[in-house]
Amino acid sequence: MVLSIVLVTFVSLSFVSVAALLQIQIGNLKSYWYDKAQVAIYLCNDFESELVCPTGAISQTEQITVVGQLESSALIKYIENYYFESQDEAYQRLLDEGGEISATRYLNPDQLNATYWVSLRDPKQADLVVEAFESQPGVAAVADQRSYFDPIIGLLNGATLAAGSVATVMLFSAALLTTTTIRLSAFARRREIGIMRLVGASSASIQLPFILEGLIAAILGGGLAIGLNLFLVENYLAESLASELAFPNFVTSADVFAVAPYVLCLGAILAVLASGISTFRHLRT
Amino acid sequence: MIRLENVAKTYRGAAASALTEVQLHIDRGEFVFLVGSSGSGKSSLLRLMLREEKPDSGDLFVLGENLKTLPQRRVASYRRKLGVVFQDFRLLPNKTVYQNIAFALQVIGKSRAFIDTSVPDVLRLVGLADKSSSFPAALSGGEQQRVAIARALVNRPELLLADEPTGNLDPDNSKEIMGLLSRINLSGTTIVMATHDRGIVDQMQRRVVEIQAGRIVRDAETASYHEAPSGQVEIPEDQA
Repeated sequence: MVLSIVLVTFVSLSFVSVAALLQIQIGNLKSYWYDKAQVAIYLCNDFESELVCPTGAISQTEQITVVGQLESSALIKYIENYYFESQDEAYQRLLDEGGEISATRYLNPDQLNATYWVSLRDPKQADLVVEAFESQPGVAAVADQRSYFDPIIGLLNGATLAAGSVATVMLFSAALLTTTTIRLSAFARRREIGIMRLVGASSASIQLPFILEGLIAAILGGGLAIGLNLFLVENYLAESLASELAFPNFVTSADVFAVAPYVLCLGAILAVLASGISTFRHLRT
Repeated sequence: MIRLENVAKTYRGAAASALTEVQLHIDRGEFVFLVGSSGSGKSSLLRLMLREEKPDSGDLFVLGENLKTLPQRRVASYRRKLGVVFQDFRLLPNKTVYQNIAFALQVIGKSRAFIDTSVPDVLRLVGLADKSSSFPAALSGGEQQRVAIARALVNRPELLLADEPTGNLDPDNSKEIMGLLSRINLSGTTIVMATHDRGIVDQMQRRVVEIQAGRIVRDAETASYHEAPSGQVEIPEDQA
């Protein structure tokens, strides 16, 4: 009977810790990439459509206005730094990044956009810059690089939600199973409990062994869940995924250990509540 | 020691009252038989004294506690002041005689030293010193009941409640148990015993409280089991 509590708690707390680790992963992703993410203000060239750049390539006056706006008191406090990348520099960067197979085989510098790369003090304020420049004459487009991560973050958030939902259902099942198991356990020991009541054992001394039984089972289940997470992080994320992908900030064993106390506490609180309610209902003096 | 004033009890869903207007005074050191037919209210009275139930109305004082108002958290400490034995002995089959008695002390937190001295003492009192390592299944009914009595007495209670303690025993074993209860009573322990056993009551010549349909219909000192003639209810002077 106790084994069933251990197993159900193990599965449910595994999902809880996976959900927590996914959120840590999202945090890692954001802190790693968002600091590097910039807002790009792409300037008009002769090849942009008339809809976007009705007057063709950006004029010198328009470019002065763009710089003036970047330096304006309204925006400058949000901006860490910015720099200008000319069409030739953009072409050179493409060459550096892609080599022979890059788009440079089919493009020439004139077809690329000169760009102001803006780094923000707080990447969350990117919308301010986007709004300020997107309808500016001479500006073809404004892109917040953070948006490139939206799909993966959305995916991870979805996975968190799924793991959290399963965890909630499983935790509820674990609580129900704990109450049922304790009821059965109390029934199996009813003669002993009856004698304890008659001779004046306190409610606490009658109920405590049952609560401890639930608590120990939940902590064992929690321990197994943490063990599974460690195994997956050490053997899957650290060994294979992290070496195959360039992203260095995968969750580590340290993150699993950071989550562990909360997972164990959640399991313990749940077990104490479930077994406490069950013993209070069935084992009162 | 025990005082019931107009105590009434009706169980939920029951058509008739289990106890109605019960008045009863039992002094320290008395040996009182509760007699009456099955369902008359004897066991209900014992359950009230054990504080397994609360009276619906009236007052019930046992060992200085008002059981009607006794808070739940103090029930355990109240029960430590009394002992109780039942017809079915209620021993733990997987524990030896010694362990069965020690269990009653362990669960109320008594020290090992207290257990080590009290259990052999009480085993000697009930005449089972040589059976301390036997399991209940290896004992006769009378011996099992003596173990149950030893368990009830090991914490030195002032009051012993006995619900049909000879109900499962043959006459010889019953006689043995009554002899033991008499000795316990002589040492100062108050005993309230519910029984059907006419022979025992007649032989013991102790106070008899007869209950019928939840009412006390006879309360007589040193009486026999037989009822008083119809219409004549004996009530002691202090309750008259």
